[in-house]
Amino acid sequence: MASNLPGSVRQLGVALRALLVFTAVLGIVYPLVMTGVAQALFHGNANGSIIKVNGKEVASDLIGQAYTMESGKLDSDGKAIMVADPKWFQTRPSASDYDAKASGGSNLGPNNADLLAAIDEWRKAVAALEGVAPSQVPPDAVTASGSGLDPNISPAYAALQVNRVARERDLSVEQVHKLVKDSTEGRVLGFLGEPRVNVVKLNAAMAALG
Amino acid sequence: MSDTAAGLLQVGLLLACLAAVYRPFGGYLARVYTSDNDLRIERATYKLLGVDSKADQTWAVYARSLIAFSALSVVLLYLLQRLQHWLPLSLGLPNVESGLAFNTAASFVSNTNWQSYVPEAVMGHLVQFAGLAVQNFLSAAVGIVVAIALLRGFSRSTTDRLGNFWVDLTRTVLRVLLPIAVLGTVALVAMGVVQNFSGGHEVTSVVGQTQTLPGGAVASQEVIKELGTNGGGYYNANSAHPFENPNPLSNLFEIFLLLVIPVCLTRTFGLMVKDRRQGYAILGVMATIWSAFVVLATLFEVQGAGSATQAAGAALEGKETRFGEWASALFAVSTTGTSTGAVNSMHDSFTPLGGGTALFHMMLGEVTPGGTGTGLYGMLILAVLAVFVAGLMVGRTPEYLKKKITAREMKLVSLYILTTPTLVLVGSSIAMGLATARASILNTDSPHGFSEVLYAFTSAGNNNGSAFAGISANTPFYNTALGLVMLLGRFVPIVFALALAGSLARQHPVPVTQGTLPTHKALFVTMLVGVVLIVTGLTYFPALTLGPLAEGL
Repeated sequence: MASNLPGSVRQLGVALRALLVFTAVLGIVYPLVMTGVAQALFHGNANGSIIKVNGKEVASDLIGQAYTMESGKLDSDGKAIMVADPKWFQTRPSASDYDAKASGGSNLGPNNADLLAAIDEWRKAVAALEGVAPSQVPPDAVTASGSGLDPNISPAYAALQVNRVARERDLSVEQVHKLVKDSTEGRVLGFLGEPRVNVVKLNAAMAALG
Repeated sequence: MSDTAAGLLQVGLLLACLAAVYRPFGGYLARVYTSDNDLRIERATYKLLGVDSKADQTWAVYARSLIAFSALSVVLLYLLQRLQHWLPLSLGLPNVESGLAFNTAASFVSNTNWQSYVPEAVMGHLVQFAGLAVQNFLSAAVGIVVAIALLRGFSRSTTDRLGNFWVDLTRTVLRVLLPIAVLGTVALVAMGVVQNFSGGHEVTSVVGQTQTLPGGAVASQEVIKELGTNGGGYYNANSAHPFENPNPLSNLFEIFLLLVIPVCLTRTFGLMVKDRRQGYAILGVMATIWSAFVVLATLFEVQGAGSATQAAGAALEGKETRFGEWASALFAVSTTGTSTGAVNSMHDSFTPLGGGTALFHMMLGEVTPGGTGTGLYGMLILAVLAVFVAGLMVGRTPEYLKKKITAREMKLVSLYILTTPTLVLVGSSIAMGLATARASILNTDSPHGFSEVLYAFTSAGNNNGSAFAGISANTPFYNTALGLVMLLGRFVPIVFALALAGSLARQHPVPVTQGTLPTHKALFVTMLVGVVLIVTGLTYFPALTLGPLAEGL
C-alpha cells in the first residue's frame, strides 16, 4: 500500500479487500461445503424429512398441514370455505393456513378482542366436530402456533379426536389408539420440551391403511 | 414427571452444558487474543488485505478501521439486495425496494437482525447466504473485538496501543466462529434442520392439497445466527419454524449457542486482567439477573393472564406444541438478554407481563449476558459506573482493575449509557406522535399497541432484533427510523467504548491498597446488580407503565 495515502482512505482499501475475502470464504465456500457435507451425511434431514405414502411424497414430517375439505359454501371473495375433514386428525389453527411459504403467527395480544372471538369460535367448532362439551376442548386446539406450521398437537387433543376418526373410518377405537401411540413423542430425554402427537405422521399412517 | 420438574431439569441441563465449556472455551478465547503467532492461513489473509499483523493501532485508528469496515458492509449488503434479481440463485424474486434494503443492511451489519420483511417472499438464496449470513459472522466478530480492545485497555498500561482491528477480526472469524459453525451445522442437520438449495419442494398431502416446502442453506445460517447473537430468521417464523428448530433438543442447542460466547467471555476477561475472580463476579451479576428473568417469564406464561389467554385455557397462542410455555419462556429470556432476537414463539402473544419481561430484559442494555462482545463491554462499563457510585458514597477516588476512574472516563461512560435510552425513548415518542406511524400498530384495542412501538425501538436501539411482530414495520417511516436507530445504537456506543479503552490503556496502574474497593466480592456483585436494574429501571419506568404494566396490572 502507498503509505502516503491518508489513513482513512487506506483503511477503506483494507476494508474492501477484507469484505471481499470474507464474503468468499463465509458466503460462498462455507455454505457450499456445508451443504455438500449435509447432503452426504444426512440426506433425508437436509432435504426436509419428506415422508411418502405408497411411494408418493405427501408431506415433511416437520411441517404441519391442513386436513380440510370444501364446505360447499363460498366466502365473500368467492373462494371455497374450508372445513375440517372428519376422516383425518386435525392440526391446530394456523395464522398462515399451513402455507409453508408464509410462516408466522397471529401476533394477536393476550387481551385482543379479535383473538378472544376467534378462540370462542374455534372452541365451538371443535366441540361440535368431536361431539363434546366446549369446556373439554384443550388449549392447543384453539390457539395458533408461532410458525403457523406446527405439525404437533397435545396428547389430550389427539385423544379427543380418536372416537370421531374411528367412527368415520370404520376402525376400532383400539386400532386408532395404537396409531396415535405410534405417532406420540414424549419429552426428549424425559424432560426437554413437551409431549406431543405428530399429526402429519399419524395421518400418513392412516392413509397407508387405505 | 411434573411440568415443573421437567422445566427445571431443562434449565439445569443448559447451565450444566455452559459450565462444562466455561473454562476451556474462555481460556481458548484468551489465548486467541493474546497469542503472538499467526496461523499460516491468517498470514495469507493479512497479505491479501495488505495488513501488517504486528502493527498495533491506537484507539482512534482501531475505531476508524471498524467504522470503515462496517460502512462498506452496509453498502455491499444494500447493493446485493438492490441487484438480487439479476444475480444467480434469486429464485426469481425481484430487487428489494430501497427503504427495506437500507433497513435490512443496517440491521444485519449492526448485529440487530430486525426483519421488517417476510424472508421466504423477499430474499433469494444468494442474499441470504452471501449477504445476510456473512454479516452474521462479521457483525458478531466486530462486537467481540471491541470487548477484547476494552480488556486490553484494562490489562495494558502506559501505552496508546490497543491491538490491530484486522488481526482481531480475522482471528475471531477463523479461530472461533467458523470452526464452531462448521460443527454446529452438522449437529443441527443431524437434528433435522434443512440444508439445501431447493427453490421449493412440492408435495401433495393425503387430502389432495398441494403444499410447497421451502428450501435453503438453513442449518449453516441458523448456527451462526445463534452463535453470533444475530437472530435473523431464514424464514419469517424464525426459530419457531420447524425447519429452523425442529425439536426440543435443537431448541436447547440453539439457546446454548446464543449464550456460549457471551458467558465464556467473562472467563476470558478474568484471564486477561490476570484475576479470574473478576470474571466470576461479572458472570455472577449476569447469571443473577438472567435467572431472575427466567423465573419471572416462566411464572407469567404458566399463569396465563390476559382475557384471550384465559379463554384459551393456556398461553399457547404463538407457541409451538413441542416447546410449550417453559422452553418458550427460556428462549425468550435468553434471546432478549443477549442481542440475539431470534424467537421460538411470538412475543407479541405472550401474556402482558411475560412479554413485558422480555421487553425489560432488552432495556437493561443486553448485558445479561449480552451479545457477543457487546454484553461484556456493556457490563464492564456499568461496573465502572458502579465503582464510581461506590466511590461517591465513601468519598474516595474510584478505581477499577487498578485503573483510576477520572472525569474523562466518567464522561465516556455517561455518554455510552445515555445513547441507547435516548434513541429508544425519542424514537418511540416520535412514532407515537405520527398518525402514519401509529397506523402500523396491530393490537390497537389496549396499551398493547404502545408496547409494540416501544418494543420495536427498544429492540432496534439495543440491537436485539426481536419484535412484537404484529406491528407492520415495512413502511418508509419505520424502515428509515429503525435503520438509523440500529446504526446509531450500535456504533456510537462502540466509539465511546473504544475511547474509554484508549484512555485506560494510557494510565499507570494504581497499587491496590486497604482503601481499594474489592470488585470480586458478593458486595460488589450485589451493588452492580442494583446499578443495572436501577439505572435502566428509572430510565424506562415511565414508558413501561404506559405499556406492559398498564396492560398487566
